[in-house]
Amino acid sequence: MATDISKLGVKATWKDLTEGMIIAGAGTSKEFNTGEWSTAKPEFIEENCKQCLLCTPVCPDSCIPVVDGKRGAFDYEHCKGCGICVKACPFDAIKMEGVN
Amino acid sequence: MAKRDRLSGNEAVAIALRQINPDVFPAFPITPSTEIPQYFASFVANGQVDTEFIPVESEHSSMSAAIGASSAGARSLTATSSCGLAYMWEELYIAASNRLPLALALVNRALSGPININCDHSDSMGARDAGWIQMYAENNQEAYDNMVQAYRISEHKDVRLPIMICQDGFITSHAVENIELLEDEEVKNFVGEYAPENYLLNPECPMAVGPYSITDYYMEAKRNQAEGMKHAVQVVKDVAKEFAALSGREYGLFEEYRLDDAETAVVMIGSVAGTTKDAIDKLRDQGEKVGLLKIRLYRPFPAEEIAKALSHVKAVAIMDRAEGYSNQGGPLGADVMAALYRARSQALAVNYVYGLGGRDVRVEDMEGVFATLKQIAADGDAGEMYRYLGVRE
Repeated sequence: MATDISKLGVKATWKDLTEGMIIAGAGTSKEFNTGEWSTAKPEFIEENCKQCLLCTPVCPDSCIPVVDGKRGAFDYEHCKGCGICVKACPFDAIKMEGVN
Repeated sequence: MAKRDRLSGNEAVAIALRQINPDVFPAFPITPSTEIPQYFASFVANGQVDTEFIPVESEHSSMSAAIGASSAGARSLTATSSCGLAYMWEELYIAASNRLPLALALVNRALSGPININCDHSDSMGARDAGWIQMYAENNQEAYDNMVQAYRISEHKDVRLPIMICQDGFITSHAVENIELLEDEEVKNFVGEYAPENYLLNPECPMAVGPYSITDYYMEAKRNQAEGMKHAVQVVKDVAKEFAALSGREYGLFEEYRLDDAETAVVMIGSVAGTTKDAIDKLRDQGEKVGLLKIRLYRPFPAEEIAKALSHVKAVAIMDRAEGYSNQGGPLGADVMAALYRARSQALAVNYVYGLGGRDVRVEDMEGVFATLKQIAADGDAGEMYRYLGVRE
């Protein structure tokens, strides 16, 4: 039995949980959408971005994908709105409410 | 074909375990349960079982190892008493919340302090809210029979909860009684093979056990766990029915002894039920309508069934072999009184604390309890509901 972890959002009822909260299957954290935990989201201002990629390695949840040497849009399914990327960006290319 | 023998409660449980042949048995010795792993270790040494026996360094470790083994997919158990159970407190809750069907052979002994090695129920009563199924025995035969039934209950797909098989320290665990054992093959077939759906050593499907549950999930997880406990009552009954067909010995959620037409009754757990039956027989000969309700299944607590069995009783004494320090009595008293209240019972109820730290209870003591109940029924007043039996005033 594999666990359909993508259904385990904060609206899941007790009947939706697995017995003993076990997670059957490997590499399931990608399917577990934790983005709904956050109250604020970072916003990517693409025209200010120099593609220095300083933001990518500081993200604790690997929410800034890099494709062909360029960062893409935020993965809001997993971003918890910590704001670390905002602090790391030297070019005001990431904005978030409450973080300067 | 059944075999007649004479065994102590510890020997009887150890033999049941030999017949079950579990996969993993981690243990740390503590009086009066030490003999269970001791006898079992000799079965391992003699090649009578192929169990992995792990002598660990503490009870914290024995329960942890049992949990690890059970998560891995093995049928596991441990045995302990008193402070040993207290030392595995943290793990008890984890075994239950992880829905691991492991067993614990508990030999009831008083908790320190003052330090004491004799029987009372303070150890298991403290663990009553840990999410384990708890089953108690009056004598060696029941301890053996409960152990044989344990895994069938705990491993049932609707239950999947750990189970504590309790017997009274020394009184049951060390006293030698006549007993009827099942044949090895009969037990093997009755218990069956353990085939978990999910387990850590399954190469087809890796698994995570015990993930962190934030506030958004914790309550749902606990409610989910409660569902297993709700199903346990029916499963206990079903397994008992199958066991009766095999052994001829019938069990329910509790035993009613001459309770049908009783006007006064005692509710209790464990070995003193035998003493109480003697008192009842004596009083019945004198025309007194007295009876006993002996709890077998304490967790989950069959409240409705108990209230129904006591519905005709005028006065009832609930006997607790553990203090609750609520100034109201002990845990069984609280549970039974709540059951009576829920059923809108009119019975007058008193709660006795008795037998602490191995304090002896004689037939005359129980006759005294019935005399008090008769007076209560006549007065229509329970008086002080929180009482002690057999304490020097």
